[in-house]
Amino acid sequence: MTALKAKTLAPNFTLQRTPDQLVSLSDLRGKPVVLVFYPADWSPVCSDQLALYNELLPEFYEFDAQIIGISVDGIWSHLAFSKDRKFHTPLLSDFEPKGAVARLYGVYSEKTGEAERALFLIDAEGVIRWSYVSPVGINPGADGVLKALALIAQNKGDSTIPELSQLPLKPNS
Amino acid sequence: MNPSATLTPPVSAGDHVAGDSNAPLTLVEYGDYQCPYCGAAHPVIKRIQRTLGRELRFVFRNFPLTQAHPYAMIAAEAAEAAALQQKFWEMHDFIYEHQDDLEPDVLPVWARRVGLNLEEFGNAIGKGGVSTRIKEDRLSGIKSGVNGTPCFFINGVRYDGTADYEPMIAVLKEQLNSSDI
Repeated sequence: MTALKAKTLAPNFTLQRTPDQLVSLSDLRGKPVVLVFYPADWSPVCSDQLALYNELLPEFYEFDAQIIGISVDGIWSHLAFSKDRKFHTPLLSDFEPKGAVARLYGVYSEKTGEAERALFLIDAEGVIRWSYVSPVGINPGADGVLKALALIAQNKGDSTIPELSQLPLKPNS
Repeated sequence: MNPSATLTPPVSAGDHVAGDSNAPLTLVEYGDYQCPYCGAAHPVIKRIQRTLGRELRFVFRNFPLTQAHPYAMIAAEAAEAAALQQKFWEMHDFIYEHQDDLEPDVLPVWARRVGLNLEEFGNAIGKGGVSTRIKEDRLSGIKSGVNGTPCFFINGVRYDGTADYEPMIAVLKEQLNSSDI
């Protein structure tokens, strides 16, 4: 499975956030969106990728960016996990059919039955501008996506901007 | 392959450095005083320091995860306030060795235990210099690709293994051997 690349229109999806709340990607149009696919809630470290992004929200807000976590866990797990870790960003449940959105973005692992650890930066117009799939077990940090956000902000409104993946900021080449 | 994250900026005189400043090996930790995994790594670092002796300099930079750990920032401020009295490592070690008891009220007690002037300590906490220093460390951590705590860099390159003695000493010794050539 290959992850969707930069310049691709981000496929729309609608997933549950809470028992009575749905979130659609198209609702978030107008601001940059960072989709954070991750394998599972309750990873056994307190300082996982989501905790890091939660800590760095002020940095993301400087770019007006919305962070969205997505895993195959159910909403009740997400709610408990968010509360326990004091997350301020939505976690969406890619639960039924399982992993459908992860498959849509090319980051579902058949082997583990979970999403891979992957990042997609989607611009205000709904186009993927940068994507990154982490090597197994490696948490990518925030520097790559923050650099990509900074470049988008610098080139706002310029549709001729070079493909970000050609710039020296893609951690995976 | 994945080019590893690189320490930015490199270690300088402004850092908290333990060990020989000309040592061939530099181990940098981005840490949070309330993070239990940093607490668990503390004795591992001590053991690595004992094993490598003058071959290693150890550097600590602050990366408090304040959303997860409500006392991480005040503890970092306490260690930085101790640094202003040249007792950074004493306070740093004391906090990690008593991490389970960490709360704001105990910090002045601990400051006294490590021999700090309490008035100066109290004045420094929350003041510009101390919090600026922590913010700078945090910013450097983001730029360096810190992906959680503890996050280690060995001779400037992020170490992605576990924070256990055997795998860390293996990478450090490998570095040492390659720098001998």
